[in-house]
Amino acid sequence: MQPPSHGLRRQTTPPGFHGAEALTTASTQPAGRIQPANRDPAWMGRLFWACAGVALLLPALIATEFKPWILFEPDSLRVSAQFAADFFPPKVEPAFLTMIARETWRTVAIATAGLALGLLIAIPLAVVSTTVLSVSAIPGRMHAWPLIVRQTVRVVLIVLRSVPELVWALVFVRVVGLGPTAGVLAIALTYGGMLGKVFSEILESDDRHAAQSLLRNGAGRLQTLLFGALPQSAAELTSYTVYRWECAIRSSAVLGFVGAGGLGQQMDNSMKMFNGSEVAAMLTVFFVLVAISDAVSARLRSMLG
Amino acid sequence: MSDARTKGLGDIGAMPGDLRRSRFSAALMALALLVLVVSSFTSLDLQWSKFADDQAEQRMLKFFSELLSPSMDSRFLKNTTVAALETLAMSAVGTLLAAVAGLLFALPATQGAGMGRAAICGAARFVLNALRSIPELVWAALLIIAAGLGPFAGTLALALHTTGVLGRLFAEAIENAPGGPALTLQTQGIPGGRVFLYATLPQIVPQLLSYSLYRWENNLRAAAVMGVVGGGGLGALLSFHPRFSISPPVERDWRRI
Repeated sequence: MQPPSHGLRRQTTPPGFHGAEALTTASTQPAGRIQPANRDPAWMGRLFWACAGVALLLPALIATEFKPWILFEPDSLRVSAQFAADFFPPKVEPAFLTMIARETWRTVAIATAGLALGLLIAIPLAVVSTTVLSVSAIPGRMHAWPLIVRQTVRVVLIVLRSVPELVWALVFVRVVGLGPTAGVLAIALTYGGMLGKVFSEILESDDRHAAQSLLRNGAGRLQTLLFGALPQSAAELTSYTVYRWECAIRSSAVLGFVGAGGLGQQMDNSMKMFNGSEVAAMLTVFFVLVAISDAVSARLRSMLG
Repeated sequence: MSDARTKGLGDIGAMPGDLRRSRFSAALMALALLVLVVSSFTSLDLQWSKFADDQAEQRMLKFFSELLSPSMDSRFLKNTTVAALETLAMSAVGTLLAAVAGLLFALPATQGAGMGRAAICGAARFVLNALRSIPELVWAALLIIAAGLGPFAGTLALALHTTGVLGRLFAEAIENAPGGPALTLQTQGIPGGRVFLYATLPQIVPQLLSYSLYRWENNLRAAAVMGVVGGGGLGALLSFHPRFSISPPVERDWRRI
């Protein structure tokens, strides 16, 4: 037990009484100070940031209504225990399983169809907006009109992808009603914007030499794309598309929660009915679906190199 | 026939075996892709005709004209601001919880060190994978049963999903940290916990922070749509508003954040 004011006490007692550590400090430092070696040089900063962190966290916790104890209130505990107990065993009736299989396929189909439509949006917009394929970009500064067209297309791509697919789906569900159409459109628009931007960036980041030579010798935009830019970028473009397909499968399952069809919609229904065994079966299927699409996409991408 | 001809010509007329095989597999792949896309379109009952009827057109027109005139009602703007702050808080608290939980899970999920704890490692990885593969929104829908409607369920949902993501990234960061300092302390007989705190952790802290901040950014976007299933934040306004006049301010808020 050391008294808290041992630094002061050292002034009056000879250093020999304090063990080896105190001896060395006392002999190298002037008396009357707290041992600098034991003091954290950055303590002011640490204290400040700790206080600032707490000061920021408190309102955040209030804003999020962070009350973990409501999880353990008897009422909610009973409901969740019932729901969780229902998880085992998952429902495996044949009729239910065929329904799940059908909805799983619909989830994949929504993602695939959405991505296919997204590519129809993305490819033309990428070809128009990328600078590699543009004659007017060769001299450095661009002519006014091509510049305006290019920037307009870029803004369109930004708008398309800055609205999350869930919000697009909400919009389209109210226009065309419940069903996969809204999901397909939502994925098409968001992924069209995303792919368009990334495609044009991939084309721009690769070596421009071949494309520039073709352009300088009078090749058109499409010719330059097919013979100059595409051969070196094709693998990367395809690999990115496959990766986005994997993401689209995940998001199409989520889109079901706003009524866009597929696995998510069934999961939403079962959750509203508090049917734990159905939810458990669907979560398992979803887990497996994500794992499979993950593996397929990784394999395809490693094949592309 | 063609085999005999190519043999007679030597190697000139023959394609290299690799190229031939890869072209074959590429053609196969393209065919599979075509089948997948066509069957996707045909199996879904897509109702494009609904766009054609004038009612849908009217609704679209009305919606877009409302989109161009954002609501500037002061009460509404106040609601939106509160919701935006709530979204910000949800993402921050969710990410913070996830960073702590992710680190706790990452420790047992780290491979190597030859401690003979493959079972624990496998179990921790399985938990992380399960947390990660279920999207935030599904977690939110599940948690609403236990935590009730509101931002708390959304926050927990963000935290659970992000725990899975960060836990895996953290485990990889720990595995890839240079082992020298840890080994030095271990050979001095320092217990494992302190070896981690004084040798491994200081090396990976910047990486952990940058992963967490990156996920925070993602979570901000995820928190904004969390309200669609009842998880609080901006999405709640968006999904419960009968008309869509709300959309422009929402977008503006995202840009602002």
